[in-house]
Amino acid sequence: MHDQTVAQLARALRDKQFSSLELTEHLLRRIGQLDGQLNSFITVTDEQALDAARRADEALASGRAGPLTGVPIAHKDIFCTRGVRTSCGSRMLDNFVPPYDATVVRQLSDAGTVSLGKTNMDEFAMGSSNENSYYGPVKNPWNAALVPGGSSGGSAAAVAAGLVPAATGTDTGGSIRQPAAFCGITGLKPTYGRVSRLGMVAYASSLDQGGPMARSAEDCALLLNAMAGHDPADSTSTRRDVPDYCADLERPLDGLRIGLPKEYFGEGLNAATGECIQAALKELESQGATLVEVELPNSQLTIPTYYIIAPAEASTNLSRYDGVRYGHRCADPQDLHDLYTRTREEGFGDEVKRRILVGTYALSAGYYDAYYKKAQQARRLIRDDFLACFESVDIIAGPTTPGPAFGIGEKTADPVAMYLEDVYTLAVNLAGLPGMSVPAGFVDGKPVGLQLIGQHFDEGRLLNVAHRFQQVTDWHNRTPELAGGTA
Amino acid sequence: MQFETVIGLEVHLQLATQSKIFSGSATTFGAEPNTQASAVDLAMPGMLPVLNERAVRYAVMFGLGIGADIGRRSVFDRKNYFYPDLPKGYQISQFSDPIVGRGTFEIHLEDGSTREIGITRAHLEEDAGKSLHEDFQGASGIDLNRAGTPLLEIVTEPDIRSAEEAVAYLKALHSLVTYLGISDGNMAEGSMRCDINISLRAAGSDTLGTRAEIKNVNSFRFVEKAIQHEIERQSDILEDGGKVVQETRLYDADRNETRPMRSKEVANDYRYFPEPDLLPVVLDEAFIEELRASLPELPREKRARFVSDYGLGDYDAGVLAASRALADYFEAVASEAGDAKIAANWVQVELLGRLNRDERDITDCPVPAAQLAQLIQRILDNSISGKIAKQVFEAMWNGEGDADSIIAAKGLQQVSDSGELEAMVEAVIADNPGQVEQYRAADEGKRKKLVGFFVGQVMKVSKGQANPQMVNQLLAEKLG
Repeated sequence: MHDQTVAQLARALRDKQFSSLELTEHLLRRIGQLDGQLNSFITVTDEQALDAARRADEALASGRAGPLTGVPIAHKDIFCTRGVRTSCGSRMLDNFVPPYDATVVRQLSDAGTVSLGKTNMDEFAMGSSNENSYYGPVKNPWNAALVPGGSSGGSAAAVAAGLVPAATGTDTGGSIRQPAAFCGITGLKPTYGRVSRLGMVAYASSLDQGGPMARSAEDCALLLNAMAGHDPADSTSTRRDVPDYCADLERPLDGLRIGLPKEYFGEGLNAATGECIQAALKELESQGATLVEVELPNSQLTIPTYYIIAPAEASTNLSRYDGVRYGHRCADPQDLHDLYTRTREEGFGDEVKRRILVGTYALSAGYYDAYYKKAQQARRLIRDDFLACFESVDIIAGPTTPGPAFGIGEKTADPVAMYLEDVYTLAVNLAGLPGMSVPAGFVDGKPVGLQLIGQHFDEGRLLNVAHRFQQVTDWHNRTPELAGGTA
Repeated sequence: MQFETVIGLEVHLQLATQSKIFSGSATTFGAEPNTQASAVDLAMPGMLPVLNERAVRYAVMFGLGIGADIGRRSVFDRKNYFYPDLPKGYQISQFSDPIVGRGTFEIHLEDGSTREIGITRAHLEEDAGKSLHEDFQGASGIDLNRAGTPLLEIVTEPDIRSAEEAVAYLKALHSLVTYLGISDGNMAEGSMRCDINISLRAAGSDTLGTRAEIKNVNSFRFVEKAIQHEIERQSDILEDGGKVVQETRLYDADRNETRPMRSKEVANDYRYFPEPDLLPVVLDEAFIEELRASLPELPREKRARFVSDYGLGDYDAGVLAASRALADYFEAVASEAGDAKIAANWVQVELLGRLNRDERDITDCPVPAAQLAQLIQRILDNSISGKIAKQVFEAMWNGEGDADSIIAAKGLQQVSDSGELEAMVEAVIADNPGQVEQYRAADEGKRKKLVGFFVGQVMKVSKGQANPQMVNQLLAEKLG
């Protein structure tokens, strides 16, 4: 059961091949047996999952089932879940139990999915390796010595390891796509505004976007159908109608123009990774697509721009963690200043502190114009580059990451080397575009991700291209060997 | 040395919306602590602000009311600082692109002169909660009911020159916003709080002196006193050759003095930047025109109409038009009584005097307009004299009924029966032969004064109920 896709499981559930309860029990058992090696879950909600599975089975029996009814999923621990601890990977929220569900959580629950629990992540979604979690690093299921990527590393590892067929993630600078690439799964970051951010703990509000992580593009489409839509409680969510993302999956690629930014294939790209990407592009070409070289001349601004805007927003988004109302509070505060400083010193990890400091600096009087304002101008240039490309191409493609997963501990001492991991993904967030990572091969047994970037609100086209690709490749069907799992 | 005072005011006006500016929580004053604080107000993780459209409407109405530029595209910003009653660690405010731009405000001073006060801007923002330092031993309590209450911060140019002008501006502002119905203007409940920027400069100079800011003054009287005190303090410093320190001060009403805030209370770098959780507010012409069309008659217009329609003096018209409730009351009395001038006089002198004495507001007036109108009608139809009317008014005030029932119950009906009056007049003449002789010996000029004595005597005998015109007439006849 555990190596099937969401689409396959949903069909099997409707055909009564097995019940949601059986499926849920099986996966919970696998989590119990295998997650000790991976650390992909922070919280497993057995009881609630079994209850939800029973309800799903009732719906299935009575014919009230939707396309996701009874399908187990997991939520990145950044999404608030009513009555279930939502830690955001931080000591600061280790004791935080929200009295509300994130809109995404509610939507997926309304769709009949069964949540197995909350997945591990870099603290407050800040990281590219999942090493910044208060709950310890997540291991890559393909090789336990490697990182799974971050910040949605727990979701990616859990899906890759067959602990859950799909999971939610969030992507502020690549946090869905990069771990999807490192773990050999399919992940979609929707257009900014497509999915509600309500109840999603904020890292950088103008960049954060939730999305699905699963084994196939079809599965991502199924999940996005449930997740997308206007939320009156999120002013930045769009009122645009939600298309049926499954409707166009089979559309032929004839005439599709794929732009290849030359900046994404130059220096810094691992050669073997580059070969995988070229092979994948050939495959798309053989299906009728045209490959066109394009330019994103302001690409070199991406990393500095992101690392001003994201920390600036984060520095104030994280001000609410002050020990006053919820979350960690230091013992015996002597006065207000002591309460603030010790609470935040104890509650936040190093990377979070680093970004708060950088962001606070960038917004300070006297530096605002030189940093934040400049970064906003650069952001516009980066966005304009993409929009200019889209005048001549339908989608853009390239590698998701410069190379495959690296070793745990390999880059922790060098934040800048770590930041460079996101060089191909950050710009998509800055431009607010949808982006996907699709399995496209292996380098030394390590998965490689093909990144597809679409026009605003053109998720359907990305899913279509990825799906067609997955019809003729089997990279996404490969699963890692894990010791001790039951079949 | 002669100094000129330069004052600019920042008023934080609470808008009278039912719910908060960025959440659905109620804004009712005086609820149990933290019963009007939702997950958004508590800044729970993942919560997002949603702008209350009514607050936008109210801000635009204010802008239209002062003829200001309306920001077609205004932006919310985060103002960052840490304080326990500021749950998010930032206040959502407007910094670079406010919803209301430049406008002007006309104020009327007691000497009859008028002045224009420039409005620099007005912007929307959310209120903070309250820290409660009493009732908690070794700790502070936080009440977040007020957190997120919509505020319009209205900033003037440094155009104000005295405490009197400052108070006149605030009263006019109060009048405007209550006319517009965008605020209850209740200063005691903090609906209108004032920060005063004040500096002195040598008379005739056109460079500004160093200013002090006095924070959070919440009554007209305290604003007046705080300014007077601050003028004295700064002029003492300057006269001694010292320098005024630019700082934030607090007005202590108990001691009637201003003192510097502790430096900790003063944040210095708010790290403003655009609030990414809210879209810019873009207003189209139709929206603005719809609001313009919906504006009620404003104080300035009403005042002018009172002058032209009722023939009132400009000052009297201003007093009556100062509050919408008072103006409505006056107009109801005037139309029912049928004499606007007498109505104006009664409302302004007797009614306002009585309200002031009891420290009550017109909205809380025990005498309904219809009753006052009836009283005035009894004067006009000679049922009672003006003097008796005051007695009746007092009884009405005390809830003894309407004018007619009080006049009847107390037998205050004016005596206009000529026979009855004639008897009284003859008795008074008979009882005062000395004064009669004096009167008859006097010339025309003196007689006018002496006749007052006889009128007084008749009034005394009649317990004030004699019709004074008839008494005068009879006396003239009988005294010869």
